[in-house]
Amino acid sequence: MQATVVRAGGYVAVMVVAVLATAKAVDGGFAVHMAIVALAALIAAVATLRTADFAGTRVIDRSEYDDEPVRWGVIATTFWGVVGLLVGLTIALQLTFPALNLGLEWTSFGRLRPLHTSAVIFAFGGNALICTSFYVVQRTCRARLAFPTLARFVFWGYQLFIVLAATGYVMGITEAREYAEPEWYVDIWLTIVWVAYLAVFVGTLVRRREPHIYVANWFYLSFIITVAMLHLVNNLSMPVSWVGSKSYSAFAGVQDALTQWWYGHNAVGFFLTAGFLAMMYYFVPKQTERPVYSYRLSIIHFWSLIFLYIWAGPHHLHYTALPDWAQTLGMVFSVMLWMPSWGGMINGLMTLNGAWDKIRTDPIIRMMVMALAFYGMSTFEGPMMSIKSVNSLSHYTDWTIGHVHSGALGWNGMITFACMYYMTPRLWKRERLYSLRLINWHFWTATIGIVLYTASMWVAGIMQGLLWREYGADGYLVNSFAEVVAAMHPMYLIRAAGGLLYLSGALIFAFNIGMTIAGKIRDEKPMTETPYNPAADRPLLAQPAE
Amino acid sequence: MANDPNASPGGFSHRTIERNITLLGVLALVTVAIGGLVEIAPLFWIDSTVEKVEGVRPYTPLELAGRNIYMREGCYNCHSQMVRPFRDEVERYGHYSLAAESMYDHPFQWGSKRTGPDLARVGGRYSDSWHVQHLTDPRSVVPESIMPSYAFMATRPLSAGDMRDHLKALTHVGVPYTAEAVARANDDLKAQADPDADTTALKARYPKSQTRDFDGDPKQLTEMDALVAYLQMLGTLVDFEAAAPQETAK
Repeated sequence: MQATVVRAGGYVAVMVVAVLATAKAVDGGFAVHMAIVALAALIAAVATLRTADFAGTRVIDRSEYDDEPVRWGVIATTFWGVVGLLVGLTIALQLTFPALNLGLEWTSFGRLRPLHTSAVIFAFGGNALICTSFYVVQRTCRARLAFPTLARFVFWGYQLFIVLAATGYVMGITEAREYAEPEWYVDIWLTIVWVAYLAVFVGTLVRRREPHIYVANWFYLSFIITVAMLHLVNNLSMPVSWVGSKSYSAFAGVQDALTQWWYGHNAVGFFLTAGFLAMMYYFVPKQTERPVYSYRLSIIHFWSLIFLYIWAGPHHLHYTALPDWAQTLGMVFSVMLWMPSWGGMINGLMTLNGAWDKIRTDPIIRMMVMALAFYGMSTFEGPMMSIKSVNSLSHYTDWTIGHVHSGALGWNGMITFACMYYMTPRLWKRERLYSLRLINWHFWTATIGIVLYTASMWVAGIMQGLLWREYGADGYLVNSFAEVVAAMHPMYLIRAAGGLLYLSGALIFAFNIGMTIAGKIRDEKPMTETPYNPAADRPLLAQPAE
Repeated sequence: MANDPNASPGGFSHRTIERNITLLGVLALVTVAIGGLVEIAPLFWIDSTVEKVEGVRPYTPLELAGRNIYMREGCYNCHSQMVRPFRDEVERYGHYSLAAESMYDHPFQWGSKRTGPDLARVGGRYSDSWHVQHLTDPRSVVPESIMPSYAFMATRPLSAGDMRDHLKALTHVGVPYTAEAVARANDDLKAQADPDADTTALKARYPKSQTRDFDGDPKQLTEMDALVAYLQMLGTLVDFEAAAPQETAK
C-alpha cells in the first residue's frame, strides 16, 4: 500500500514539474508537450490510486500468465497500424496530387512523412514487439512477467512516447534525422521506458522454469540491448534551453551522417529484423505445430546476423563525403549479410516441412509464409542495392522506397498480422477468431497492394536513376529535374492504389480483431477441411448384369 | 545429428550461453558493439576524414534560423544536400560535396531521397524573389513541381528564440563561434536582413555572408527572410575556381 501511495506521489510530482515547465517554456511546442506530460502524469496518479488494493483483498491468479499488457498491446498495435497506414496513404496521395498538402503547415508532406514512418515502425512495429515479447517470454520461460507494475508502465510509457513524437512532428518539433526525429526530452523519456522494458524482459528470463533460453528470446534480447545502444549514442545532443524543444546534435557532418545511418540501418536490423525474427521463431512453430527446422542453423544465423548487421550502415552513404574505406566496409558486410538473413528465412520456411499442405487450408500459415517470402526477397534486394555500382543508380530514388516497403509491408506487416491473429483468440479466451475467411480477404488485398507498391516503385526508381543520368548525342543532360518529377505521376498513382489496398486489408484485420474481442463468431464454412467424400473413395466394382 | 544439443561434447557448447542470461546478454552486446566501434570511432581521430577547406565557416544567426526552419518543415525528406562525384550530378548541381562543407552541420542534412533536386549548391542559382515566389506557390514557377506551398512563411515574423542560446549550444558541441559572435547573435540576426543596418562587423565575423532584405518586405523580419538567406548561402562558401590550380600544382 505504501508503495502505491509513493508511486502516485511520484506521478503528482512529475505533474507539478511538467506544469512549471509549461509555464516557463520558451517555445509553444514545448509548452504543448509539457501540458501533455502533465495530463498523462495526472491520469497515471489517478489510475494508480483507483486501482490500488488498499484492503489487501485482491488475489492474483498465479496459475495464469500475466496477459493484460499483452491484450492492451494487441489493441494498440491494431490501432497504430491503421493510423500509420492511413498517414502513409495520405502522403502517397500528396506526392500524386500536391493540392492535398492543403497549404497548411501541419499537413504538409515534410511534417507528415516522419509521422508515417514513426507510426508504422515505432508505434505499430514497436507495440507488436513489446506485446509479443511479453507473450512469448512468459510462455517459453513458463513464468509470469517479472515486475508486473513495471510492465504496465512500459506499455503506457511507450504510448506516451508515441503521442509526444507524433504531435511533435505535426508541430514541427524534430531533430531532422530520419527515424530518430524525436527531440531530446522525448529521447530521454524513451530511454527510461526502454530500461524498464529491459528489466521486465530480463527479469522474466531470470525467473524462468526452463533450463534453456529459447531462441526467440535471444532475438528479443539482442533487439532490446542493441536498440538501447543505438538510441543512446545517436541521440546525444545539446539542448538550447532546458525548457525548450530545440537541440543540436553532438556530432556534425561526416561523423553525424555515419552515426545516424549506423542507427538508421540497425533500426531496420534490430527493430524490424531481429525483433520480428523472434516473433517468427515462436509463432511459426506454434501455428504449424512443428519444431523449428534446425537448432544449429538458428545458432549460426543468430550470431552472424547480429554481428554483421551493425556494419551495414555506410551503404546509405555510398559516394558521399564519407571516407571510402567506410563505404567499402559497409558494402562488403551488407553483401555478407545476405547469408544470415536467408538463414532465418530458411529456418522459418523449412519449419513447415511436413505441413506444407496447411498453406492451402490455414490462412494464418499462408500469411506467415508470405511474410518469410518477402523477408527473403527484400534481404536479397538489400545486399544487391548496397553494391556501389547498383547504388549509384538506386540511391536518392524511389527504388529505395519500394525496397523498404517490400520489407515493411511484406515481412513486418504480414508476420505481425499473423501473430495478432494467433494471439487474439487465446488472449481473450475465444473459441476461434471471428472469421478465418476474412483473413483470406486480408491476405489477398495486402498481397496485391504490396505487388502494386513495389512494382511501381521499381519502375519509378530505375526510371529516375536512368533519366537523371541520360546524356544526348550533343553531350548534354537530356532531362531537366522537373521533367523527371512529371514522369513519376503514373507510378505514384499506382503506388497510392497499392497503399489503399494494403490499408483496406488492415481495416479488415482491425474489424476481425475487434469482433473477436467482442466475442462474436461469424457463421461461415470452415476453412480447414479439404472436401472428402468417403462414398466416392472406393474402387468401382463391376455391376452384375441383370 | 552429430552434434546433439543435449549431448555434452568435450569442448565449448552453446548450451552454456543459452542457459546463462548474463553471458548471453554480454556476448550479444559485445557482438553488436564491434562494427560500430571499428567504423565510427576512427572518423573522430583520422585527420583525413574531414580535410580543412578554405572558406567554410559557421552559419550566421539568420542562416542558422533558416536552417532550423528547413529542418522543422522536413525539407530533408525530399531534398538531399550531397552531390556525388558523377558527371551528371556535377553538371546538374555543381562540384561534388566536400566533407568540410558540412563540418558545422549539427545535424547533417545530406538526405536520402531526391523527390526534389539536390540543394547543396542552390545558393546564388536563383534570385531571392524566385525563391519567395517558389516557396509561396511552387507550381507558379515550376508547373511540374509537387512541393507543398509554404506561403505562411512570407507573413510570419521570425521568432527564432534567443539566438545567443543557440550559438552557445553549438559552441558546446564544437562549433567555433567567438564569444563576441555569441554576444551579438540577436543583433546579427536582425542586421543581416535589414538593408539599413551597419553590417561591417557581421561581415567580418562571417566572411562571404550576404546581407540584404531577402523576402521583398524590408519592413519586417519573416521566416521567409531566414529560409531564403539559408538557401542562398548553400554551397557558396568554398571557392572551387581558386582551389583548382592548387590541386594541380601538387
